[in-house]
Amino acid sequence: MAQVVEPTDVTASVRAALRGRRVDLGGAVFQLGLLLTLLVSFAVLVTLLADVWRQAYPVLADRGIGFISSNLSSLPQNAGIWQGLIGSVLLMLVVVAVAFPLGIGAAVFMEEYASDTRLTRFINANIRNLAGVPAVVYGLLGLAIFVRALGSVTGPDVHGRSLLSGGLTLAVMVLPIVIITAAEALRAVPQGIREAAYGVGATRWETIRSHVMPYAAPGILTGTVLSLARALGETAPLILVGAVTGFFATDATFAESFQDQFTSLPTIVFRWATLPDTEFRALTAAAIIVLLAVLLAMNSVALALRNRYERRW
Amino acid sequence: MAVGVTATAGAPGVGLSLEGDPRRRKRERIVRSLFLAAAFVSIVISALIVVSLFREAIGFVLRVDLGALWSDGWFPRRGLYDIRTIVVGTLLVTGVGMLVAAPIGLGAAVYLSEFARPRVRRLLKPILEVLAGIPSVVMGFFALTWISPNIVQTLWADATLFNLAAAGIGVGILTIPLVATIAEDAMHAVPHSLREAAYGLGSRKRTTSLRVVFPAAISGIVAALIVGVSRAVGETMVVAIAAGGTGGSLFTVDVTGPGQTMTAAMMAVATGSDRVKGAALTFESMFFVGALLFVMTFSLNLVSERFVRRFRRRF
Repeated sequence: MAQVVEPTDVTASVRAALRGRRVDLGGAVFQLGLLLTLLVSFAVLVTLLADVWRQAYPVLADRGIGFISSNLSSLPQNAGIWQGLIGSVLLMLVVVAVAFPLGIGAAVFMEEYASDTRLTRFINANIRNLAGVPAVVYGLLGLAIFVRALGSVTGPDVHGRSLLSGGLTLAVMVLPIVIITAAEALRAVPQGIREAAYGVGATRWETIRSHVMPYAAPGILTGTVLSLARALGETAPLILVGAVTGFFATDATFAESFQDQFTSLPTIVFRWATLPDTEFRALTAAAIIVLLAVLLAMNSVALALRNRYERRW
Repeated sequence: MAVGVTATAGAPGVGLSLEGDPRRRKRERIVRSLFLAAAFVSIVISALIVVSLFREAIGFVLRVDLGALWSDGWFPRRGLYDIRTIVVGTLLVTGVGMLVAAPIGLGAAVYLSEFARPRVRRLLKPILEVLAGIPSVVMGFFALTWISPNIVQTLWADATLFNLAAAGIGVGILTIPLVATIAEDAMHAVPHSLREAAYGLGSRKRTTSLRVVFPAAISGIVAALIVGVSRAVGETMVVAIAAGGTGGSLFTVDVTGPGQTMTAAMMAVATGSDRVKGAALTFESMFFVGALLFVMTFSLNLVSERFVRRFRRRF
């Protein structure tokens, strides 16, 4: 090498290069752009809530509890959401009774019993595919099976378009979500817990019942509450199964109401939103506020459960 | 058990039974088969979906005048079942939806995965979670009463109140969390060594996330977009409320006007009369459209799963 570089020169230039931190303007703009996507999402949420609240406020302030406790009516000043609220609660009872045991049972089988066979892989893939089926398609399933094929059982007096049909349809719809979340909760229980139980001679079922379940319960509960919230807000399947969207009166007892015609809170929202009458627009907004309040309460319960019982292994 | 213990005194192992109490074993078998039955229900449901959809759909195709499937519009009550109208309507809504969901969802995913510090992340992530929890009827109402007059009618002065663009934007907003979550998971799964190698070469954060992490996670990101499309195609209530296709729609490619999608077409038939029956083949037409929708979303989900699997194999 002809040119001899003095070591002191090298260190000086390296030092200068390291010190001379140029401002990365492009990078800052890029990062800001990314952050903006989340801020836009937040702005959408705020706008949605503010807009609905603005439209709902006159009704809620004017009618107060009367709006919640009144039945459906074609007159805006009398119409209320009581029947929808009751319908939604009863629908959720059906979902809890059907989807939860089935879903948790299936999850226990897939996580605790099944070995990696062709059959279990097929069941697993099948569950994931079911989770991606659009809600309307479940409505068609409910229409074909619960309303038409089993109509004489689910609602003999209403051609099968009963609350039971609606609830079963929703239960089938959320079943894959219940299975997936419950399986995740079971998977989070460390293997050592199971081995401890096997070590003292417990059978598989005894291990599950006394060791795995208590630890997985909060996770399972959180998942199930969230899927219940999903079922509560769903509308399309209920419309296909034949939820009443207009006015109806019934004097059915609690037991009879499962085989009777029904409506639900989101169904009422849909019905009112499509009415041309502008007075119903405010009622729609008010019904949405009630629906969102119920959903918020359910999600808070799920979150509280998660925070209270969350276990770090 | 008692038998086993006494027998071991002489010759160890002879007659020793480790099988345990037969009643206990019987209970094990029963419990196991109960759980297996629960797992099997999901297969039964899938079979029922396929059978019930395609039985009515095939009945529809056999009985319908095939010329009606390629006519001027979708008017089931008049016997016009133009598939083009509802498929193109669906594609338009999905396209508008993805124009909203893809940039916002992917941007949010890159930010949350690569830029946000844990505390910022804990603050911002719930935005997406809350957005995911908004029921689609609520978004439909918002699309009709806010998005349509304030955004669509501002951009296109001659847009009608009910229009496909507003429905598409609403659908897109509902799809954001799904796209963001799946894409973020994919970028999160990219090994840290790749980022460190990029930093070691002197790359900036932006270069690292765009040129290294993003390409490495590309199949997961494609999967996120495909799942987003699948979700947007199947979205029902937003379109049923905001697109204005009640009763039927002429063939249209104009997003500023009313139109009909596959999902909303089913709703229109279902709400058109008190009973889901009506004239001629309207009932069967719902199942025909449903079968078409099912095939579309099912294939999209299969493709996305393939992408996810390819991604998993790489890391």
